[in-house]
Amino acid sequence: MKIGGYLCTGCGIGDRLDTKSLESVAVREGRIGFCKTHDFLCSQAGVDMIKADMAAEGDDKVTKAVIMACSRRAKTESFNFGAVPTARVNLREGVIWIRPEGSEHDETTQEMAADYIRMGCAEVKAMQQADASGEQGKNNHIMVVGGGITGMTAALEASKAGYYASIIEKSDRLGGVMGQLKQRQPEHSPFQNPQDTGVAALIAAVEADDKITVYLNSTIAKTAGAPGRFEVDIASTVGAGTHAEFGAIVQATGFTPYDANNLPEFSYGKSPNVVTQLELEALARAAGDGPIKRADGKVVENVVFVQCAGQRSTKEGHLSYCSGHCCATSIKQAMYFKDSNPDIETTVLFDDIRTPGVGGENFYRSAQDKFVTFRKGKVSTVDVKGNELQVNFKDLILDEDAQMGADLVVLATGMLPNSGTDIDTMKDKDANGEVKVSVESILNLNYRQGPDMPQLVNGFTDSHFICFPYETRRTGIYSAGPVRRPMDAAQAQTDAMGAVMKAIQAIENSAIGRAAHPRSGDLSFPSFRKEGCTQCKRCTVECPFGAIDEDEKGYPKYNEARCRRCGTCMGACPVQVISFKNYSIETVGAQLKAVDVPDEFQEKPRILVLACENDAYPALDMAAMKRNESSAFIRVIPVRCLGSTNTIWIKDALGSGYDGVVMMGCKKGADYQCHFVKGSEMAHVRMAKIGDTLSTMNLEADRVAVHEVAITDIDRAPKLLDEMVEVINRVGLSPFKF
Amino acid sequence: MTTAVNQAMVEKYKGNFLKEVTDNVEEGNWVKMCMQCGVCSGSCPLGPHWDHPPQELFMMIRANKREEVLSSTSMWMCTSCYNCVARCPRGLPITHIMHGLAHYGKRMGMKPKNQPTEKFGQMFWDNLIKKGRVNELKLGLGLYFKDGFAEGVKVSMGKQKLGMNMMKAKRMSPMEILGGHGVSDLSGFHAMLKKAEELEAARVGANTDAK
Ligand code: SF4
Ligand code: SF4
Ligand code: SF4
Repeated sequence: MKIGGYLCTGCGIGDRLDTKSLESVAVREGRIGFCKTHDFLCSQAGVDMIKADMAAEGDDKVTKAVIMACSRRAKTESFNFGAVPTARVNLREGVIWIRPEGSEHDETTQEMAADYIRMGCAEVKAMQQADASGEQGKNNHIMVVGGGITGMTAALEASKAGYYASIIEKSDRLGGVMGQLKQRQPEHSPFQNPQDTGVAALIAAVEADDKITVYLNSTIAKTAGAPGRFEVDIASTVGAGTHAEFGAIVQATGFTPYDANNLPEFSYGKSPNVVTQLELEALARAAGDGPIKRADGKVVENVVFVQCAGQRSTKEGHLSYCSGHCCATSIKQAMYFKDSNPDIETTVLFDDIRTPGVGGENFYRSAQDKFVTFRKGKVSTVDVKGNELQVNFKDLILDEDAQMGADLVVLATGMLPNSGTDIDTMKDKDANGEVKVSVESILNLNYRQGPDMPQLVNGFTDSHFICFPYETRRTGIYSAGPVRRPMDAAQAQTDAMGAVMKAIQAIENSAIGRAAHPRSGDLSFPSFRKEGCTQCKRCTVECPFGAIDEDEKGYPKYNEARCRRCGTCMGACPVQVISFKNYSIETVGAQLKAVDVPDEFQEKPRILVLACENDAYPALDMAAMKRNESSAFIRVIPVRCLGSTNTIWIKDALGSGYDGVVMMGCKKGADYQCHFVKGSEMAHVRMAKIGDTLSTMNLEADRVAVHEVAITDIDRAPKLLDEMVEVINRVGLSPFKF
Repeated sequence: MTTAVNQAMVEKYKGNFLKEVTDNVEEGNWVKMCMQCGVCSGSCPLGPHWDHPPQELFMMIRANKREEVLSSTSMWMCTSCYNCVARCPRGLPITHIMHGLAHYGKRMGMKPKNQPTEKFGQMFWDNLIKKGRVNELKLGLGLYFKDGFAEGVKVSMGKQKLGMNMMKAKRMSPMEILGGHGVSDLSGFHAMLKKAEELEAARVGANTDAK
């Protein structure tokens, strides 16, 4: 049972540093079993040497390792020793690549390397081997909420992958909005004509699939548990309810069409000849193969489509966003007319034609080819003139007011997500202290944080739209289709596949106690020391993923499979009783205490940098690759998420003579980049109060800085460190050096 | 002055100018494919000097501004630089459409008054069809004197050197003033032109004054 140290002398480390002295720092000061050097540690020979030590018997067996070589972001495959606690000491990107050569720098550079080795040794001693919790087993069944094309596609995809699915549909039929359409936008080359919706075929496939169960007329009365062990009460409006267990959930609840009664300026409601796109579908379906008629039976000869009706608008009651499908929908609907009779006048008044997705542009061109007229114009009003309509608009190309007659006007109105209760606004309570819920909940989660998924913007349950689109803030529950963000049918079906894949991952990961995205595969999980807990509930409130409930006595109740292992709870806990086996108040605290803080007469400041390991730390690494010089006085400790930063670390650092602290987390807010969505935001909120601590210690406020840093901030990140060096130069060294 | 064929066209297309352009203007069937991105207008070296750059002309066609489009000087200004054609993301043969529109406007009797390009074009054509060969001397003099005698003398004096050089290089002969050279089968050439005119007239479905 030993801690093994392995010092690499390759990549210039051996040339730039006095490795003999570093070895003795590791053994004498770091107090580890031994320190071996190798001139190419990540080579097969180097790695085999380490593995042989780990495979040894008895006292010689290495059970923890300190790799003193490159950044933890490099050579991850080579230095992956499974569950064996391993610390990575970053001598390459962290020291030699950011320090200039020359004898005048050697002393401070060497001190930097020695500190990092002391830190690595201290960290590994505080680490323990992480094991799975064993809290849940494997449940191969996915609950799909919503029986539209997204839901049906999700269920079929799950079945194809060998999993079971149950579709919970509120209405008495499958098909959703798509089932109300005459045709859909083409999916295949040459993308010229509308095609069959395919809903009938999907329904037939769902019904024929013995791995899929359909609950019509059903809603969810209660969802409890966690990935791998969701317990759901399904309520039915026609019969008795059911109880079922699921491994994961896909929410495909779709959208509600925007209420066009909010658009009196377009005479909606005043004339039956002003209709929404969905209402036009009904007219088109009623017409069958014949000409499309208005409500009064007149055959339509001149139709005008008004794009962005009540959308992409800043007006009160309008939608601010683009619903993504309506341009292509108008194109398709104009073709309903043109294909039946090319003499029908069809005009699309648009601001921008947006046809996302494969073939969208071809479809647009095809409509132009069919003589659908596209005019760039902004419609102000629609007047009713007897049986006819007059569309008043501003021609945006000719820059003049214009009018057009029409016998039918179609409004391209937007979509509103069916995401259930907005748990962020439901905090308002009524006079009796009851929570006011304006919109019915969909999932009825019994989570402490509220009955539905958190929403991101405009009520959509989206997550990060580029990096992890399906990951909601409720682990094991994935949203797909227009409830996630506005989209068309083709995107909704792709979405369904993506969400199901995520659901399957969640099932498989939770079955063996591993974390889901973004620390996929991580076996550590947080636990808390009950004796110390003051039941303050900070952890339950701050956990971005709603992983923590409360037990009957008001203590936090962890649901490990819901946890993403960010450590935000650990950062939040005012009495520091939350920890992971391999990441804790101790593992970081021991590192910052291991740094050798020189007395003030040496004039060598120490700056602690707590950098998010996902973005800020790699940004610093990349700056190092560019050989961007940085101060020899910084000591960087990567953290899982800035959210895991406990203020005790800052206090400890300032109290033990550090001169400044720089914290680097990801961008927060609605367009966040934080891997844990709210972690960085929580840290910023927490650190906003650090000023009090500083003033009680009589320290200058600018000794502590919190920054949002993106992975692309390769030039900016080191500059932020330089800024802190300047601050220290200005305000002087800390008076707390002993 | 509008022509009978113009009246016929107006009646035939009843306010659907886009259709009229599609059917009758050279490459006019492309106009409907414009997506109003404005790349052509932004690329045209003459863009800022026109009343209506190409994108706008195409929008005016959709907005049924027949009179304004056909009598516009804009398309006469096109220098055939092909910048727009090279850049149009929709692949419209814009240069050709410009010339097509100019030609169609002229045929409808709606050409702009005193438009130099138009005047010169006519002069060139008249000169050419006489003998089947361009008579440079007459064409040059015609051009110089198009704005009156005094102006003509002034311009001619200014271009003296050019004329002398052309003569030296045998690109122009002073004898041309007497009638000049021509194609060997002049009557055949004229028959050809007549046939072409007939075909064109048949295509448009009416007689026009196009020459
Ligand atoms: S805050 Fe993070 S680590 Fe703590 S329970 Fe929530 S997800 Fe897990
Ligand atoms: S070809 Fe004519 S219209 Fe096109 S850019 Fe050149 S001058 Fe302008
Ligand atoms: S570049 Fe082409 S598509 Fe764009 S405005 Fe001009 S003609 Fe239209």
